[in-house]
Amino acid sequence: MSLEAAVEVSIGTFEERLHLEVADGEVVAVLGPNGSGKSTLLRALAGMEPLSGGRIVLDGKVLDDPVAKVLVPPERRSCGMVFQDYLLFPHLTTTANVAFGLRSRGASKADASHRALEWLQRMGLADQASSKPGQLSGGQAQRVALARALATEPRLLLLDEPMAALDVGTRGSVRHQLRRHLQAFGGPCVLVTHDPLDAAAIADRLVIIEAGRVVQQGSLEDVTTRPRTAYVADLMGLNLIRGRATGTDLALDGGMTLQTATPARGAMLAVVAPRDIALYLHPPGGSPRNVWPTRVAEVHLMGDRARVLLDGPVRVAAEITAVALADLRLTDGSPVWASVKATQIDVYDADER
Amino acid sequence: MATINPLRRRRPSALVVAVATLTVAFLAVPIIGLLTKASWSTLWADLTTPLAIDALRLSLVCSLWATGLSLVFGLPLAWVLARTHFPGRNLVRALTILPMVLPPVVGGVALLLAFGRDGILGRPLFDWFGIQMTFSTAGAVMAETFVAMPFLIITVEAALRSLDGRYEEAAANLGAGRWTTFRRVTLPMVSSSLIAGAALTWARALGEFGATITFAGDIQGRTQTLPLAVYLALQQNEQVAIALSLALLAVSIVVLVALRGRWLGAIRS
Repeated sequence: MSLEAAVEVSIGTFEERLHLEVADGEVVAVLGPNGSGKSTLLRALAGMEPLSGGRIVLDGKVLDDPVAKVLVPPERRSCGMVFQDYLLFPHLTTTANVAFGLRSRGASKADASHRALEWLQRMGLADQASSKPGQLSGGQAQRVALARALATEPRLLLLDEPMAALDVGTRGSVRHQLRRHLQAFGGPCVLVTHDPLDAAAIADRLVIIEAGRVVQQGSLEDVTTRPRTAYVADLMGLNLIRGRATGTDLALDGGMTLQTATPARGAMLAVVAPRDIALYLHPPGGSPRNVWPTRVAEVHLMGDRARVLLDGPVRVAAEITAVALADLRLTDGSPVWASVKATQIDVYDADER
Repeated sequence: MATINPLRRRRPSALVVAVATLTVAFLAVPIIGLLTKASWSTLWADLTTPLAIDALRLSLVCSLWATGLSLVFGLPLAWVLARTHFPGRNLVRALTILPMVLPPVVGGVALLLAFGRDGILGRPLFDWFGIQMTFSTAGAVMAETFVAMPFLIITVEAALRSLDGRYEEAAANLGAGRWTTFRRVTLPMVSSSLIAGAALTWARALGEFGATITFAGDIQGRTQTLPLAVYLALQQNEQVAIALSLALLAVSIVVLVALRGRWLGAIRS
């Protein structure tokens, strides 16, 4: 393990306490809702937020350890960072921006400019060498920021919401390029984002944090199919249900019991895709094992699809076509019957970590 | 349907126009008076009288010293006020701005009581080191600095405050120490405010009268700066007073034109 961090930070009433290990060449995406402590984690790793407990070790070198009274200041950590909004120095040309780190580390002006130009070439920005940041597009600015961070040949690379400042149209291609440059980096890389698509496209592993704690981590597949919290399930667009299984009976907290296809025992989590929940105006007869009456809480139209949030006894979202929504004439408060097949409920152990 | 700008539809009332015109006249007439009473043919001769030459030279020296001292001492204070939190910071800021609203003559009296021969600091300075601030060019510089420095501090402090501190973090992240960060990131990013602040400070120092005459006195060639010379000349040789006034007016216009964007911008924000 090349980066090993036990991060403990308290800022006012907010407390962060988490453990993060990143191997050389591994890209880890940290996802979490606003205020979950994603940026605080990066700031702690970069040395801008001193730890109150724990330890940060990079390549066997201790960067921060409040117990041992070790704190390497940001300027002496070999830790490149791509900031949110990039923070390119507006008064310097792109070349001078990329050369900044080399100059600060004692390189001569000519040498630093020469190496900066090489980086700009590698990023396909040779023609923007004498532009000021204000003249760059979002994607170009991101590449300059990446070149600026990489030019100092850091041992650790941090990216804070690198895609947030880009418009939706350019994201796809920028994501692809970013992935390519990060693969060439070779050291441990931590990427903070709130977009699962970015995480999926760029990272090897996902770490999900909420309220300063890691709530789940693993491969993209693991996180998408086995969400452990409502936030993660929501991020992946799934309904998360908690219950206690006895055979194929899953007793929910609200008193309702669902029939599942996989026998299990004990505290369980279950996911149901919204598109697997069917809605009817009258009690349906047929194969689905789970049928219950409920009411519509909210309706969201998304293009030709509609997401219908259902009120108790189990609060889930159903996804139906806009045409079906119109046929059923569903609005907030409409009574409705919901059904889901036992085979479409994916049950897994609640305690497995 | 075309949208109608309500501001364009409203005509100002005749009374408002009349009052506004009167105000402009009130501001313009004295300048016109100065320009028409000036004896343009003897202007050069008036400006090169010994009294005028001494005053011009001394004013240039004193105002540049005052601007330099304001930069050296005001810049760190502006940084402290903008970037740190300490108890009593607002009190310190109020104290910094006080000379801007204090009648300059009061400032002169205060300086006299502090640094005069009998002042709380002036006495030990004289007794131990033989340094006398009153009736010296150093005293004139001190008076000008006291009155003009707030312009630099508040201008630069406002700029530092509105500068996104994360740029400095980015510089540190790239390996820049505090001094490099300040020199290569902070200073260039507030440079236009720094220049504006320095120009305002210089203009204020150049025009300083009350504190200088009270604290440093009115000695030709030593403490008699342009405004003091104008006042003196007005009683003896009016044409010299007008010539010197024109010189000060010219400087004011140059500063105003040079700063118009920044100054008006600052007022708007």
